[in-house]
Amino acid sequence: MNPFASLARLADEAPRRALVLLGVLVAVLLSAPVLLDRYLLSVFFLIFWFATVGQAWNIMMGFCGQLSLGHALYVGLGGYIGALLWVKFGISPAIAIVPAMLVAMAFGAVIGWLGFRFGIEGVYFALLTIAFAEVARIGFDNWSFVGGAAGFFIPVSATASPVNLRGGPMLFYYVGLAMMILAFFVCAALRRSKLGHAWLAVREDAEAARALGIDVFRAKMAAVVLSAAMTAVAGVVYAFYQNNLFPSQTFDIARSIEMILAPIIGGLGTLFGPILGAFILTPLGQTLIALVEKIAGRAIPGVNLVFYGAALMVIIWYAPNGVWPWLKKKLGIPEGRE
Amino acid sequence: MTTLLDVRAVTKRFRGLTAVDGVSLSVEEGEIFAVIGPNGAGKTTLFNMIAGAMAPDAGSVTFAGERADGVPPHELCRRGLARTFQIVRPFPELTVLENATIGAMMRAPDMDAARAKAGEVLRQLDLWDRREARAKSLTLPDRKRLECARALATQPRLLLLDEVMAGLRPTEVDRIVAILREINRSGVTILLIEHVMRATMALAGRIHVLHHGATIAEGTPEEVTRHPKVLESYLGAEAL
Repeated sequence: MNPFASLARLADEAPRRALVLLGVLVAVLLSAPVLLDRYLLSVFFLIFWFATVGQAWNIMMGFCGQLSLGHALYVGLGGYIGALLWVKFGISPAIAIVPAMLVAMAFGAVIGWLGFRFGIEGVYFALLTIAFAEVARIGFDNWSFVGGAAGFFIPVSATASPVNLRGGPMLFYYVGLAMMILAFFVCAALRRSKLGHAWLAVREDAEAARALGIDVFRAKMAAVVLSAAMTAVAGVVYAFYQNNLFPSQTFDIARSIEMILAPIIGGLGTLFGPILGAFILTPLGQTLIALVEKIAGRAIPGVNLVFYGAALMVIIWYAPNGVWPWLKKKLGIPEGRE
Repeated sequence: MTTLLDVRAVTKRFRGLTAVDGVSLSVEEGEIFAVIGPNGAGKTTLFNMIAGAMAPDAGSVTFAGERADGVPPHELCRRGLARTFQIVRPFPELTVLENATIGAMMRAPDMDAARAKAGEVLRQLDLWDRREARAKSLTLPDRKRLECARALATQPRLLLLDEVMAGLRPTEVDRIVAILREINRSGVTILLIEHVMRATMALAGRIHVLHHGATIAEGTPEEVTRHPKVLESYLGAEAL
C-alpha cells in the first residue's frame, strides 16, 4: 500500500471542519515552544511520549485485543540499545533505532510465539508479558557491562546535536511531537489496511475470524511485533531525554501500567484516544507531583499513580468507552468515523 | 456432475460417547444438500469436522479433490469452503459493512475491492440499508443473514450453513429460503444442517438423515419423508 495515497485518502474522508481544527492544533503545537519555559516543554515532551507509546500499545490491545502489561520491556530494550551504541561505540541514536526496533521485535516475536502458539490467552498472556519484563529487569540489574543496578548514564554534551538527540527540552519537544504525529499516521494507515481489519476481527471473535480465512496466529504476531518496534523507538528517545537508565525503573511494572492508561482513558482501539488520554493524564499527574513536592517538601514516588487510578475510576464511570468516543458523540461525529 | 465434498466413514468420539459413527456422504457441485436429524443426532459434530473446527478420529474428508480433515479453518476458507455458526458470531462492535468487508478481504486485492464486494453481498441479503449499524444492534433474523453475508463474501465454492433458520419466524424463513436459492443459482454449492423441516424440504435436492450419530436414510425429500426409519426416529413414532 502506498502510504501517501492512504494519507491523501485519510484527508479526503475527514470532514473539512475537523481538518481545519487539526491543522490549527498542529500549528499551535508547532509554535507553542515560544511561550513555554523549560519545565513546560518537558511536560509537553512527556505528553507526546505517552501518546506515542499509548498508540503503540493500542495496536495490541485496542486493535487486536491482546493485553500486554509488559511494554516497559520494549521501552527498556530500545533505551539500552540506543544508549549503549552511543556511549560505547559512538553510533548515533538516529541509526540505533534500527537495531533497537529489531531486538524489540525479536523479543515481541518470542513472547507472541509462546503465548499464541500455545493458546495462552487473556490474563495469562498478560502475565507472560509481565514475566518477560521482570526477567529483563533482573538481567539488566546483574549485567555489569551496562552498569547493572547502579544504572547506565549518557553524558550530557555541551554542544547541541539534534541528530544525536543531544540538546535541551526544546529539541525533545519537537522530537516528541514528530514522534506522536508519525505514530498517529502509522496507526491510521494500519487501521485502514487489511491487517488492521484482521486485527479487529481477531479482537471481536477469533473463531469467526478464522472461519473467514484470517490466519489468527499471524495477525496476533504482526500486532505484537509492530507494537514492540514502535515502543522501542520511543524507548530510545526516552533514554536520551532522561540521560540515565536504571533497570529497577526502566523495566518496572509501574512504567508498563503508566503507559497503558492514556489509551484506556482516551478510548481503546481509537486513533485519537491515546493522544487525548495523554493530554489529560500527563499534565494533571505532573501538576500533582509538583504540588505534593511543594506541600510535603519532597517528592513522594508513586503519588501520580494513585492519582491515575482515581482518574481511571472517574472516567470509566462517566465514559466507559473512554473520553474520545464520548467526545465524538458530543461533537456529532458518526460512529464509524474517527 | 463432479463431487465437491466427499465425507468417508468419519467417526468422532467424546470420551465414551460416539457422536458421529462412520458417516459417509458426498455433495455434488451445484446442489443444495441437507443433513437433518433430531437433537443430539451428531449434526453439529459432523459439521465441525467438515469445517475444520475438529479433526475426525477416523475416516476422511475430501474437499475439491484435496484431503480436508485436520486442515485449519482459515486454510479451508482459502480453498473455498465457508461456514456459518449455529450460534451466530458477528463482530459485535463493528458495523455490518465492516463485518462483510472482513469476509471479502481474503480474495480482494485491496480494501476498496473488499468493500465493493461486501456491498454487493449485503444487497443480495437485504442488509444494505443496515450497513452502518453495529452488528450487536441487529435483530436475530438480521444477524443470521449477516452471518450468511460474511461467509458468502469470502466467495466460497461450498457454503456450509449451520441451522441458519433456527429461531426464525415463518416469514423470515421464507425470506432466507428465497435468498439461499438465489445464492445457489449463482453457482454456490450449499450444505445445510437443519432442524426446520418445512424449509429444508423446500430447499434441498437431497437429504441425509442422522440419528444417534449414524446414517439412517439418504435421498430426495420425498424419499426421505416416506422412509419408515425416518418417520419412526425423527418425526416420532406417533407420526405413523
